[in-house]
Amino acid sequence: MKPVKQLTSRTAVLAVDNIDTDRIIPARFLTTTSRSGLGEHAFQDWRYREDGTPDPAFVLNRPEAQGCSILVAGHNFGCGSSREHAPWALLDAGIAAVISSEIADIFRNNALKNGLLAIVVDAAAHRWLLDNPGTELVIDVAAGTIATMDGQTFHFDLDPFARHCLLEGVDPLGFIQQHDEAIHAFENHREKTRQYA
Amino acid sequence: MNAPRTLFEKVWDAHQVVAQSAEHPAILYIDLHLIHEVTSPQAFAELRARDLKVRRPERTLATLDHSTPTLPANAQGQRPYVTPAAEAQVHTLETNCAEFGITLHGWDSDARGIVHVMGPELGATQPGMTIVCGDSHTATHGAFGALAFGIGTTEVGHVLATQCLLQSKPKTFAIHVDGQLRPGVSAKDLILHIIGQIGVDGGTGHVLEYRGQAIRALSMEERMTVCNMSIEAGARAGLIAPDETTLAWLKGRPMAPTGDAWDKAVAQWQTLASDPGAVYDREVHVDAGAVRPTVSYGTHPGMVTAIGEHLPEAVDDSQRDALAYMHFQPGQAIAGTRVDVVFVGSCTNGRLSDLRAAAAVLRGRQVARGVRMLVVPGSEAVRRDAEAEGLHQVFLDAGAEWRQPGCSMCIAMNGDIGQAGQLVVSTSNRNFQGRQGKGVRTVLASPATAAASAVAGRVADPTDYLTEVAA
Repeated sequence: MKPVKQLTSRTAVLAVDNIDTDRIIPARFLTTTSRSGLGEHAFQDWRYREDGTPDPAFVLNRPEAQGCSILVAGHNFGCGSSREHAPWALLDAGIAAVISSEIADIFRNNALKNGLLAIVVDAAAHRWLLDNPGTELVIDVAAGTIATMDGQTFHFDLDPFARHCLLEGVDPLGFIQQHDEAIHAFENHREKTRQYA
Repeated sequence: MNAPRTLFEKVWDAHQVVAQSAEHPAILYIDLHLIHEVTSPQAFAELRARDLKVRRPERTLATLDHSTPTLPANAQGQRPYVTPAAEAQVHTLETNCAEFGITLHGWDSDARGIVHVMGPELGATQPGMTIVCGDSHTATHGAFGALAFGIGTTEVGHVLATQCLLQSKPKTFAIHVDGQLRPGVSAKDLILHIIGQIGVDGGTGHVLEYRGQAIRALSMEERMTVCNMSIEAGARAGLIAPDETTLAWLKGRPMAPTGDAWDKAVAQWQTLASDPGAVYDREVHVDAGAVRPTVSYGTHPGMVTAIGEHLPEAVDDSQRDALAYMHFQPGQAIAGTRVDVVFVGSCTNGRLSDLRAAAAVLRGRQVARGVRMLVVPGSEAVRRDAEAEGLHQVFLDAGAEWRQPGCSMCIAMNGDIGQAGQLVVSTSNRNFQGRQGKGVRTVLASPATAAASAVAGRVADPTDYLTEVAA
């Protein structure tokens, strides 16, 4: 994973609440055994018309959304399934950060493990971001800030460990593996005491 | 004297290999890792890339359920996979399990089933365990007092490699269900009602514990239905403390302890219930007696209504969009809406008692003309038991299709799918836009409501049908 320290981009705004993982990547695309190539199906049934051509009404298809890597979305983004295909699809489609007033737990976990910034801001910041599509933002992961071009700064919380992994570009697996001795000790203790609960 | 602890805290504490600190989450030991074909291939690829083994293959259990056809193989043994990719995905899991030494309940196993139906049936799911799976409905196993939750594929890789997971401690949320459910009101009605009450994101960041008289009165299968949908309120997991009902269900299952080990296990399990005075971060009370047969009307599982009531006048953008997608008008009655497809099955409602509830309504009746009804048992065991009781004949006589076990129309990635515009009354767990096919309108319901709606050809309250049967 590449380190993610700072991101500067204009925003695309999808002002819909409860955007679920089925909308982000419909289940029929989950038969893949690869992580790559899902971007073309991100928001598939929202993004394309019956004949397969892009629907110009969909926010991400509009000319002004091209090149935007920050998605500002309605409340409770990513609710639903545990499919990691959702962040894979967004990243592959060029989205590097999702900002909302609430992001579902599993999606948020999955996103951060892939270097997709899943950022929760307070209601006032969220309102401003929803109301100002196309605005340019500078997201600073170490500082936990989002700076706007007109001088505002919004703060966001990030789990310190997730922040560390993002900044260093490391996978949490290595951290667990460093505790191999503790895992062995735990297993031995459980087996000796035949614990069932 | 230790401070009183909740059920969740007891299970959490017992599995901390490394405690949470200001710098890092806890390292949590995982007792049981369930895997299936859809969310595991990239995790195995990662293991290979890093030259890692599966640390505890005997704590890992695999099945085929999501991409699998529910129509039988032909005379040559070929199965009607929806695409070559679906077939390749199934073969990939077969290969991975063989290579890494994992037990797979595949096509030749008489235990194969939807992962959350199979685990409990085998007795693999036990109180006090930590259980994970690359599937958000892993919360189902919480019905046994296990801490069970869905994880992504990267985390599947972590568990395969280390039998551990990094986890930040969630908050606790007690759902007290007071009083008694009325006759004819099912566990599905109850959980839809609860999600409607706390909201589709009401459980975010929390682990739910379902408590109270009405919960104690539920059978194990009903408890699984309730816990299954915890994620539909955004919760990480949903637990119910083990009791005599739990023990009676578990005893004698193939993977349950026996003899002295059983007695010792029971003694430990009986200490799991939340202590008197244990403090939850949040609590709500739900009046079981107020629950009526309930269905979803919108595009997430928090948009629910009693069948007898009128839909809300749309008050916000979400509801307006949802009603438009569903072709519903604000304030209309949902009962009487024309139905195209009825689906009975899934990890929510694909167990024997669910099929019995549907059959009780269908017995001696016919699926309405123009309605297609699929009944898909949750596992091979459910299929065998249902056929031994003749339930399959009730479904076939009524004009329904009796299929082979799998997730089927719940996730609709195996070819069992609705057509755009069709209204599907479904015993599954999600009514998101496009969940059961592009443009498909899903109404979530109990098995009895689904069966009554199949007979009526319209969304129907099952109470009337059940009264007639009783008389």
